[in-house]
Amino acid sequence: MPADVTAEMAAGIAAGAGERGARRAAALRVGLPAAALVVMLSVIFAMQPRAMSYFGLSVLLNFTLPAIFAAMAQMAVIAVGDIDLGIGPFLSLVNCIAATLLATRPLFGWLALAALVAAYAGMGALIHVRRLPSIVVTLGASFVWLGLALLVLPSPGGAPPGWLPALFAWQPPFVPLPVLASILLAALGQFLLMHTSYGVVLRGIGGHPRAIARAGWSLLAGRMALYALAGASGVIAGLALTGLNTAGDATVGAQYTLTSIAAVIVGGGEFVGGIVTPLGTVIGAWIMLLAGSLLSFLNISTDWQLSVQGGILIVVLGLRALNRWSAA
Amino acid sequence: MTGETGAALVELRGIVKNFGAVQALAGVDLEIQSGRMVSVVGHNGAGKSTLMQILGGTLAADGGTIRVAGHGVGAGYGVRRAGALGIRSVFQELSLCPNLSAEENTRVIHSALAGPGWRRRARRLIGAALDAIFPGHGIDPRRPVGDLPIGQRQMVETARAFTETDRKVRLVILDEPTASLDATATGQLLGYTAEARGRGIAVVFISHRLPEILGHADEVIVMRDGQVVGSGAAGQLTEAQLVEMMGVMRAAEPAQMAGAREWRGEIRVAAAARPDARFAVTVRAGEVVGLAGLAGHGQRALLRAVFEAAGHRRGALQVNGTVASVSGDRRIEGIFPLWSVGRNTTIGCVRRLARFGWLSPAREAAVAEEWRVRLDIRAPDIGTPILSLSGGNQQKVLVARAFAADADIILFDDPLRGVDVATKRELYRHVRRAAEAGRAFLWYTTENAELENCDRVYVFYRGVVTDEIAHAELSEERVIGASFGAEPAIAG
Repeated sequence: MPADVTAEMAAGIAAGAGERGARRAAALRVGLPAAALVVMLSVIFAMQPRAMSYFGLSVLLNFTLPAIFAAMAQMAVIAVGDIDLGIGPFLSLVNCIAATLLATRPLFGWLALAALVAAYAGMGALIHVRRLPSIVVTLGASFVWLGLALLVLPSPGGAPPGWLPALFAWQPPFVPLPVLASILLAALGQFLLMHTSYGVVLRGIGGHPRAIARAGWSLLAGRMALYALAGASGVIAGLALTGLNTAGDATVGAQYTLTSIAAVIVGGGEFVGGIVTPLGTVIGAWIMLLAGSLLSFLNISTDWQLSVQGGILIVVLGLRALNRWSAA
Repeated sequence: MTGETGAALVELRGIVKNFGAVQALAGVDLEIQSGRMVSVVGHNGAGKSTLMQILGGTLAADGGTIRVAGHGVGAGYGVRRAGALGIRSVFQELSLCPNLSAEENTRVIHSALAGPGWRRRARRLIGAALDAIFPGHGIDPRRPVGDLPIGQRQMVETARAFTETDRKVRLVILDEPTASLDATATGQLLGYTAEARGRGIAVVFISHRLPEILGHADEVIVMRDGQVVGSGAAGQLTEAQLVEMMGVMRAAEPAQMAGAREWRGEIRVAAAARPDARFAVTVRAGEVVGLAGLAGHGQRALLRAVFEAAGHRRGALQVNGTVASVSGDRRIEGIFPLWSVGRNTTIGCVRRLARFGWLSPAREAAVAEEWRVRLDIRAPDIGTPILSLSGGNQQKVLVARAFAADADIILFDDPLRGVDVATKRELYRHVRRAAEAGRAFLWYTTENAELENCDRVYVFYRGVVTDEIAHAELSEERVIGASFGAEPAIAG
């Protein structure tokens, strides 16, 4: 009897430890970036107490809206194990359409934006059916977006319809718009991807596509759905950018390619597919955004911003690789 | 419900499946009655996995008819149709999504688990199935299955196949479900299949452990070379009978044997036996040593270990000399598709051909040409793109690369799979000649007939060598017996 009991106890303890370990790993995935965000905000508030107000936060988080929607678009693509290198120029294209067509011929403008979402779904279909690497297709598409943007608006200028800037200048009571939008977007994304029953299938495609196909689901439909979601998020991001800039520019979105990828990864996502969280992605987008502000508070030239953002990405991936080695 | 009425739950007639020129299934008939457990046994390439994939709907048959519950299912038979008909498969490679939890993986196969509260229902469903099959399993259905140890993952996968929503389970295909389960869980699963059969569920059970089959199945089907060669009630069969049915010596390719010889060459590879094994592995210069057994029982792991340990001692494995490797999976592990035949040949020995870091095109061409002629590679010249060659000739180029590398030890990872007979014969001759010149060969093959070309054969079972057979004593019965873990003494 004693031997049995001890063996059982040992097994129980081991199982308990494993369970706790796994829970902790899952919690760390979102918890770590959340903690990093709290630290960053604390530093900023300590250096600039004035930032800790409705108005201060609004200024500090000015460009949050395009950033979180671009990150969400990227997350939808990374969720199936792909990557989107064209989201930045895509934002520019939306920006140029919103600053021209949408104001002059609204119906035409909306149709153009809807066509862009459909183009994203089509890109997903192309990648799936032809088994092309997403990195090539989206990189190719990025030049198409850029070219179309230049056709629509050859030189910076134009003006969006009046309601667009007004929408993004809206000041909701108590909570600044960027904060409110972030919370709502994270909650909506979290619900759609993590809690609905189809969200499970979509994440499963990223994890083990053959298993999903064997269960009778269409991989084509799943990938198209996620790419369409990415396209829709990209359109919203581009509109937000236009609302804030109140003008069109065919190169304005370029930086969002890197920052959106970084946001997903820093927010706990993985390139392998199926391992992303909308909440983490929104937090990641905030971190990338505030990294720039933190630099300017520290009197470091904003020329360094891109290097720092890229550096954060490399550090996070490096630490994760170290963690995996030590766990193995 | 069973037998007499003649209405089998599943009825396969004349199922044919070809992969290229290879016929995997040559007209298979199979009947499965409700509430019965049928076991399918066979050696490598017998066609059992292919047959199960066709039954499960993941592979389309090239010919034959499938009837389920008396209704013919037409050309549109696929996973979706199989699922709707209540046929569930538990595959050898796990088909769970590692990033999803057990409850989420359960939802994936049940379209009824949708709408509000689906998660709670899924958790209850998989939890109940796990409790019923593997009491005391200790699995949290909310954890991503990728975090679970392999045994528990297998439990989740197995339990998932028995879950029912509005879709009832009628047939569960268990393809080697016990390979990664411990003794307790195996016993629990086999006990549960009896209970499930009582409820009218049919089970197809594939295992490499013959005692499990004889002890629990109702009926055993023996397959060989894509055909059913025997069947019977499990209670009336013995292990020896099964082994005999699985392997009747086929007409082997003419072997190029020099006859029995005393091997006095230098020891090239020495792998100590594991504490639980009776045989150690040794390979001497000039010897061709075959590695046999069912696929995935440790042969490839040995090749990989030898490759990695090349030239130095590593733990219980001693490798003395340089190593070159030829893989049968040439598209992934072999050829450089954009290069010429010549480049593909000499890439293994560029270091030897280079002087002060510079390659001499003339010397490179000379070496490539020499091997093209020696192995009779059918290409107009060494500048021909490799992809314009036939599969057999591409494989010859890979062998030429290994020979040209002038390695002491050559590892063959089933290199002649899917190669035509004429090419095979030629290559056997070249292997023999190279061995006579002092090279050592370690040759893993899934075709038992190929073992005829080896001086000695080691048979693997669950990561351990279970028999060592000298060429003179080689028989397919003995190889198959050892591949299913039988003690060598039985065969004698």
